Amino acid sequence: MTNTATKLAVSCRGVTKTYGTGTSAVQALRGVDLDVNAGELLMLVGPSGCGKTTLISVIAGILDQDEGDVHVFGHDMKHMGQRARTAYRGKSIGFVFQAYNLLPALTAAENVAVPLFILGVPRREAIERARAVLTSVGIGERAKSLPAQLSGGQQQRVAIARALIHEPKLIVCDEPTSALDQDTGHKIMEILRDVALAQDRALVIVTHDSRTFEFADRIARMNDGLIARVDASPGRPTS
Amino acid sequence: MNFVAIKMLIGDRAKYLGIIFGLTFASLLITQQMSIFVGLMTRTYSAVTDLGQPDIWVMDEKVQFIDDLKPLQSTELYRVRGVEGVQWAMPLYKGLLKARLSNGNFQTCNVFGLDDATLMGGPPEMIEGTLDDLRRSESVIVDINGAYGKLAKPSAIPGGKPEPLKVGDTLELNDHRAVVVGLCKVGRTFQSQPVVYTTFSRATTYAPRERKLLTFVLVRAKAGQDLNELCDRIQASTGLLAIPADEFKWNTVKYFMKYTGIPINFGMAVLLGFLVGIAIAGQTFYNFTIENLKQFGALKAMGTGNFTLLRMILLQALLVGTIGYGLGVGAASLFGLISRNSELAFRMPWQILAITAAAVTFICMVSALISIRKVIKLEPAIVFKS
Repeated sequence: MTNTATKLAVSCRGVTKTYGTGTSAVQALRGVDLDVNAGELLMLVGPSGCGKTTLISVIAGILDQDEGDVHVFGHDMKHMGQRARTAYRGKSIGFVFQAYNLLPALTAAENVAVPLFILGVPRREAIERARAVLTSVGIGERAKSLPAQLSGGQQQRVAIARALIHEPKLIVCDEPTSALDQDTGHKIMEILRDVALAQDRALVIVTHDSRTFEFADRIARMNDGLIARVDASPGRPTS
Repeated sequence: MNFVAIKMLIGDRAKYLGIIFGLTFASLLITQQMSIFVGLMTRTYSAVTDLGQPDIWVMDEKVQFIDDLKPLQSTELYRVRGVEGVQWAMPLYKGLLKARLSNGNFQTCNVFGLDDATLMGGPPEMIEGTLDDLRRSESVIVDINGAYGKLAKPSAIPGGKPEPLKVGDTLELNDHRAVVVGLCKVGRTFQSQPVVYTTFSRATTYAPRERKLLTFVLVRAKAGQDLNELCDRIQASTGLLAIPADEFKWNTVKYFMKYTGIPINFGMAVLLGFLVGIAIAGQTFYNFTIENLKQFGALKAMGTGNFTLLRMILLQALLVGTIGYGLGVGAASLFGLISRNSELAFRMPWQILAITAAAVTFICMVSALISIRKVIKLEPAIVFKS
C-alpha cells in the first residue's frame, strides 16, 4: 500500500494492457495516465474498442494491468494480493453495470443488500438498510419486486442503490444510461450526480451518451488505448 | 451469502426441479434395485435363516450352497454327536419332491425332514396347528404362501379363484399320502417353491430310493464353545464340511453371485441409475451454473471471494442432493412397503441407504466441482461485457 496525494481518488500512470499473444495480440491500453479527484464525477468517452471498459476494469481491480501503476485512494492495486483486492472491492468500490446484473431470484431490496451480505452484515439489518437506500433513489415502494417486474430505469436505480449501500469510496459505472430512454437516462444521471457523488467519493462513468456529458465534472476522451485529452464538462467550469 | 445461494437455486424453478428429479430418479433406482437384489440374495439362504437353532451345519465336503444336496450316510450323525463341544446334533432331510395336486398337476416342493424325537429345525412361526402335530401319521406342515399359491386347489366353479390348501386336506408326495396338519410362515425361497415340513423318517419314505438320505447334520455347540474351533474338530474327526450358519448363508450368496447373472443384471441397473443421475442432475446443475455465470461474475466483481462462491455452490449441491436423496429413498421405501406382501423380493438394510447416500453425494460433488472450476476461473471483468 502506498499513500499518494490525499485529494486523488484514482491515479493511473503508464498503464498498459494487452489481450492475447503473438500475432493475435491486441493492445487495449498503451500507457494511460489519468487522475480522478475525490468528489469528482469523471466520464470516460471514446469510440468502441478504444479501451474504456478495460481501463475501468483495471481501476476497479477486476483486471490486472500488464505495466504501470494504479492507486485507488492510496491503495496500490498492482501489488495488492488477489484476496486483499477482492476484499477491497467488496468494501470500497461500487459497481453499476450496463446490463444491471441484478440477481433475478432476489427482490429489489435483496439485490441492493448483496454488498452487505458479502461484508457479513446480518440479513435483517441489510434488508432494512437496502429499503432506505431504495427510498433515496426513489423506488422505495418497489422493494419487494423482482427484477423482472421492474422497468429498465427502475432496475438501473436498484443497481445504483446496490452500488451505494456499502458507502464505497469509488463507484464505477459502465454505460449506465445506454439501455434507457432519454428521460430515464437523465433521471439516472441526476441520481448519480445528486445521491451518489460525495466529497470523499469519486465516480468514473464510461459512456457513449453525449446527452449525459453535462453531468460530468470532467470528460476524459480516449482513443486507441490512450487518454487523448481531458476536458471540462460543457455545463461546468474546468477543474 | 447462503441465503443468496439458496434463492438463486430455487429461483430458477425449471432447473431446480430438473436437478431434484434427476437425483430423485437416481437414488430411487439405486435404492430399489439394490434392495431387490439384497431381497433375492436373502431368499437364497432363507432355509438357513428359518432353521434358527443350529450353530453349525455339517455336510458333504463338496457342498457349495444350501440347495446343493449331496447326502451323507446316516451313521455320520453319530460320529458328529461324538465330537467334543457338540451339545446336540440332529439329522435334517432336505429334498425337492413332487407333490400331486387334486387337479392332477404336479408341483415341486422343498421338503424338510426334522428329527423325529425333537422336531428340531421346525418352521419359525406356526399360523395354524402346532409342530407337535407332525407326530401324527402321514402328517405334513405346509407354508402359508404355498398353501395359498402353488398348492392351492382349483376352484369347484369353472374360472373361480383357487381355494387355499387347509388343515385336513391331503396331498400326494411322491405317490405317498400326506395330510396337512398345520400351516406355517417361512421366508420365501429363491425359486418360490412351497415348503413342506415332516419328520425325518417320513421324509425318507417320501424321497426316491437312495442309499444315502441324510442331507445335513445340524449342530448346537456347548455354551462358550468357539464355533470355528468346533468346526475344525468336526472336520478333523469326520472328514465332513462343518461351517457356522452365518458362513453357510454367505457361501450360498457367493455361489449365486458367482454362478448366476443376477449381480451383473442388478449391477447394470444400479450403474444405469448412477449414470442417469450424473447425466440429468450433473448436466442440469452445470447448465444452471453456466447460465448464472454472469451473476457469479457480478458477485465476484462486488467482492465475493472464491471460497465464498465455492461454499455457495456446495450448499446448492448439498440442498438438491439432500432433497433428491430423501425423495428417492422415500419412494423406494414406499415401493417396498406396497410390495411387501407380493412375490417381489425387497430388503432395504441401512447399508443400502448409506451406499445410495454416497452415490448421490458423489454425483452432487462431481456436478458441483465441474461448475466450481468454471466459476473459480471466471474473470470478473466479464460483467462489463454487455
